[in-house]
Amino acid sequence: MSGEVWIFAEHHSGSLLEVTFEILGKGREIADKLKGSLSAILMGRDLEEMTQELIDFGVDCVYLLEGLHPNLYPGQEMVGILCDLIKKCSPDILLMGATSIGAELAPKVAAKLNTGLSAHCIDLDVDEKGHLLQIVPAFGGGVLATITCPDQKPQMATVKSGVLRAGSRGTRNGRTVQEKILGNGESGIKILETFKEEIAEIPLEKAEVVIAGGWGAGGKEQWLQLEELATLLKGAVGATRPPVDEGWAREFQMIGQSGKTVRPKLYIGFGISGVMHHMVGIQDSDFIIAVNSDPEAEIFRMCDFGVEGDLKEILPFLIQKIKEKIKK
Amino acid sequence: MVNLSWLDRPLACLSDPKGFFREEMRIIVCLKPVPDPKYWKNLTIDPVLKVMVREGMPNVINPLDRNALEEALIIKERQGGEVIILSMAPLFSFSVLREALAIGGDRAILLSDRAFAGSDTLATSYILSEAVRRLAPFDLILCGNETIDGGTAQVGPQLSQFLGMEGINFICKVEKFLEGDRKGRSLIVRRKTEHGYLRMEVRLPALLSMVKEANNPRYATFMGILEAEKKEIQVWNRNDLSIDSSRIGLTGSPTKMSNLFMPELKRKKEMVKGTPEVVSNLILEKIHQVGLL
Repeated sequence: MSGEVWIFAEHHSGSLLEVTFEILGKGREIADKLKGSLSAILMGRDLEEMTQELIDFGVDCVYLLEGLHPNLYPGQEMVGILCDLIKKCSPDILLMGATSIGAELAPKVAAKLNTGLSAHCIDLDVDEKGHLLQIVPAFGGGVLATITCPDQKPQMATVKSGVLRAGSRGTRNGRTVQEKILGNGESGIKILETFKEEIAEIPLEKAEVVIAGGWGAGGKEQWLQLEELATLLKGAVGATRPPVDEGWAREFQMIGQSGKTVRPKLYIGFGISGVMHHMVGIQDSDFIIAVNSDPEAEIFRMCDFGVEGDLKEILPFLIQKIKEKIKK
Repeated sequence: MVNLSWLDRPLACLSDPKGFFREEMRIIVCLKPVPDPKYWKNLTIDPVLKVMVREGMPNVINPLDRNALEEALIIKERQGGEVIILSMAPLFSFSVLREALAIGGDRAILLSDRAFAGSDTLATSYILSEAVRRLAPFDLILCGNETIDGGTAQVGPQLSQFLGMEGINFICKVEKFLEGDRKGRSLIVRRKTEHGYLRMEVRLPALLSMVKEANNPRYATFMGILEAEKKEIQVWNRNDLSIDSSRIGLTGSPTKMSNLFMPELKRKKEMVKGTPEVVSNLILEKIHQVGLL
């Protein structure tokens, strides 16, 4: 049994992504359990600072693929470069963030290497044989499954941002390996433009308070009240699928299997029925309050404090009372 | 082994030999029948076999696959051509394919074989890739970005990889075709990212995985339903494809499911009811207890 654990260190605008630190933390833990080592693949330009940061957070070895186009895109060219490196070093485990890049890169790499991959793991561990145990949600998170990939290497998994806890900075010694890039330059993809959307609000994943609304919120008017409540509590607004479909909320506010995972101190759900894939996205919240007019709503079986009532009536009172409290 | 020899030739060979002068498109839409989410509450796990019990659960077209089909139909309306529905599913999924034909697909291929059962995303993509090869020449493969049951979003990119062509996830808009140079034609698309979107040019043939924002899927019309009765659904099994049987089904799948369980969500479950004023005060109290305000 060997324990070569690798992570794909994704970055954006010169800094490592949050999810990179999260898979790094878990990767370190697994490498220690296996009495192995942890390496990171870092691609792009101006990598020096990020290299040091990876080492500080627990990486033993950083493989540098320098000089690539800054608009790294997981097309055939990048997949080829990455697979060449993996074939050469044959790591046992490879973890990636389930980001918009990672979620496309990981399956392509797995297909090219003919190995197994599990998506959106909510936890990872290793068994006594050194097999990576990959806990994945299915059917909207109503069911969890443990997946292994016993016969192929690397054993691959992706994890969404916010699911694992980031490791901490230590004082390790790591090394770097400069890799030559033998790209064939053959690519059927050309990036023409990059459009940025400015999102000013607190990101959901980092918010200490999450106010979420579902279909039962009932309309744009109530939605504005949820937003007001969130502002008062210095929190962020989250949503289930229907409010996004109705245009009350936006796609990036969606919590759940195809959305985000949150772990605030306080979550308050208004008019949310509590389908599993939403509940899985909020289950790490410290305290869950649910307001719903339907006493049979699923969410009441999974919350700390359930309020049966009409949110249209409750919201104005609650907002008023919080305003009074803040004034004091 | 996968036969990749034809990929070494210029990409234009995957298109019609008449090449880039041809206006018409041949589009393959990958479609998955999934258990209707309305019935997911009734899902249980067989305690002995450790498999999902989904008896009596009707199947529907995976929602994002409707967006893939819609995009194919929009392109066909503009350029002319053929829309082929490709699905790997048990035989009872016939009605789902019939619906796709009623919406506007021209013909359908159902890949069905006991030996396919238990395939993970890698094995599934491999089987699909062999079927796509049989359907060549083609210009475009369209998929939903992910399914609602498994939700891995892996089959699209893996299929493109097995075919050795470019595949792009998160397509939120198909802008236009560029009539190409000697390398063939290409397509301008938009791909969502965490920060906005990328506008990209991709050479055909290629695979695109569609997200919801791309379009508004149409539904079957009455005429469509009547016409669908006359359209062909072919069933292919492993003998119809040049498949390496060690790479399919449960045994050919590198990932193994070792345990299946329902997550436990432990909470205090305190319940209250009362006038808006009373419950607002109680909520406020809880907010305070959590350490806020």
